Amino acid sequence: MKNHFFHTEDLAVGYHGTCVAEEIRIWGDRGRILTLIGPNGAGKSTILKTLAGLLPTVHGTVWLDGKRLEQIPRKELAKKIAVVFTEKPSGEFLTCREVVEAGRYPYTGRFGLLSARDKEAVSEAMELVAVSDLADRPFDCLSDGQRQRVMLARAVCQEPQMLLLDEPTSHLDIKYKLEFLTILREMAGKKQISVVMSLHELDLAERVSDMLACVKNGRVEHFGTPEDIFVPGYMEQLFGMLQGSFDVGSGTAEFSAARGEPKVFVIAGGGTGKQTFWRLQRERIPFAVGILSENDVDYPTAHATALHVVREAAGEQNHAGEPDWAGQQNHAGDPDRAGQQNHAEEQDQTEQYTSDELLKEAKLWIDRCDHVICCGDRAVQANKYNKELLRYACKVGKMAEK
Amino acid sequence: MKGNRRAETWYFSAFAVLFVLLLFLMAWNICAGSVSLPFRETLRFFMGQEVSETVRGIIWKIRLPRTLAAAVLGGALALSGYLLQTFFRNPIAGPFVLGISSGAKLMVAVIMIFSLGNAWRLSSAAMITAAFFGSLLSMGLVLIMSGRVEHIAGLIVSGSMIGYICSAITDILVTFADDADIVNLHNWSRGSFSGISWENVAVICLVAFPASLAVFFLAKPINAYQMGEASAKSMGVDVKRLRIYMVLLSSLLSGCIVAFAGPVSFVGIAVPHLVRQTFRTSRPIILIPACFLGGSVFCLFCDLIARVILAPSEISISTVTAVFGAPVVILIMLRRKRGRE
Repeated sequence: MKNHFFHTEDLAVGYHGTCVAEEIRIWGDRGRILTLIGPNGAGKSTILKTLAGLLPTVHGTVWLDGKRLEQIPRKELAKKIAVVFTEKPSGEFLTCREVVEAGRYPYTGRFGLLSARDKEAVSEAMELVAVSDLADRPFDCLSDGQRQRVMLARAVCQEPQMLLLDEPTSHLDIKYKLEFLTILREMAGKKQISVVMSLHELDLAERVSDMLACVKNGRVEHFGTPEDIFVPGYMEQLFGMLQGSFDVGSGTAEFSAARGEPKVFVIAGGGTGKQTFWRLQRERIPFAVGILSENDVDYPTAHATALHVVREAAGEQNHAGEPDWAGQQNHAGDPDRAGQQNHAEEQDQTEQYTSDELLKEAKLWIDRCDHVICCGDRAVQANKYNKELLRYACKVGKMAEK
Repeated sequence: MKGNRRAETWYFSAFAVLFVLLLFLMAWNICAGSVSLPFRETLRFFMGQEVSETVRGIIWKIRLPRTLAAAVLGGALALSGYLLQTFFRNPIAGPFVLGISSGAKLMVAVIMIFSLGNAWRLSSAAMITAAFFGSLLSMGLVLIMSGRVEHIAGLIVSGSMIGYICSAITDILVTFADDADIVNLHNWSRGSFSGISWENVAVICLVAFPASLAVFFLAKPINAYQMGEASAKSMGVDVKRLRIYMVLLSSLLSGCIVAFAGPVSFVGIAVPHLVRQTFRTSRPIILIPACFLGGSVFCLFCDLIARVILAPSEISISTVTAVFGAPVVILIMLRRKRGRE
């Protein structure tokens, strides 16, 4: 712990001595990004405020660069830590440059007049986050994405060693989310800043972070690298998701499958099926999919959204390396979820199947359904079974007009 | 950087214009009135040359102290409004709408009636002290409510209500005061710069100038405070202490004007707004001196109208400031709504 830029020691955070989150043991390094994820109200913002020294600890210690946080004088701390929280500068005619210039506060004299060195730092910060061309624009007239970048420039201008951001991408559209996080990542590396932030976008959190802390029920449930945290089943558990699931492979959320008697059988494969699966799911029509290889691009979505997938096993290495703690919790609390039985059990079943048995099973599902949808030629060619299935569907007269 | 230089030229010219206006209005205020003095005569007085005893009396005993008081108090009031707007992050906040002036008025009325009843001579310092504590009392109530009411409209409404309650109590007190004192008290409670003595002016300057200077020294933390509370704290601002300073200084400044001129409406809102529009900036280091100058000019102008328009009788200063100030408030609201859309 001691050799990290900052670490917490049995930290408890909260307001007026009341704990919001406790037993927090996390650390971060310069040039690295630590992201807090977890459900709303879990205490992510409170942790950030405490790390920033804006809120006294309830108990425990934050160690920053070998010193106790609360023992660092305010003025010195201002040169070490900067924040980008969810607040907006107020003031008519406030230009972007003025907002950024405010970040020089700890370095200027009694009246806050800027020296040549300060002005240099301001232009450098604005260049770094690509807002130089906005310098003389009024802050009120910017888009959310631009504003957030200007706020980042203000923080960078403070020349901190540690930067704390509370949901910095919340109100941005996808373009600005990516842009902002890219800039943040580059800046962390270039300026050797230790970044700690909270994010709601799990897919982006996994990609941008070096370390992740999962905050839930007033505790840091898990702290580790993205590889440690993003294992199948854990996101559902962390967020207490009863509806839908989170696909670790693609980093996307899926809605849960429609339940009931299957109405439609979908012949898919090779990336042809997703749109059809989602359309059926939107209509809440229970459906089955077949025959899909576990390696097929369509498989994760089918697995999450369909009542049942007739599948061809891809081999034993597929689920290896999945830690126990996630496997045990898999879909806990949702025993009646149709079509998503325990992974292990399902796997055993399929492995015993021969090609004939697989076809037979698929045909049985076709018999149970009213209609069959085929997702085009590529679906038929995706594996050796689908051509036969299509022929069978035509024979029994269940092919749906598209 | 080019934009910077252009802005600096603009600030400089705007300050110069305000300063010229100030001098011009001071001269006009001294010349005009129920007895109008020729400018040449006034100039002779200030050059230390021989003038008639009447002219000397009018200028020295009546017009000069009144003009100086209007200038300084106007500046103080505008600055008090600026502080409140920054504090509440709302351009419609001001000592009058938040009921702070009325709180001061109530306390001053109480101490005035009490001292008149006991035939004491009331000192300027005592009046200012009473007004200051009255302001603080109202401010305290407003702050308690601002913790409870989330929306700024709620804050303004409850502030106005405090104002009405204080005014009502003041009216009752004034009505029950001795007949002979009523005229004096009544004039004061409606707002007027009349009857200001040199002793008053001295006390006003002693309070208003150091307080305004203190506000100017807060320019840097106020600028940081505008960026948001968490940001300000992380930049090293002691936000709690800054807020206490802002409350104390705005109460002192608005108390100062109530003690000597009664409640004067809308200057606290209108002047900072007009100044912001003119200077096109939100930098406190520019706005603080500009608000003071602007407030002086605005109050001198309004006092001139109050004295001249129905001469020889006077209308209350609040009437005039309301006529010019209230439309500005409406303008702000319209602009804000448009800005949100």
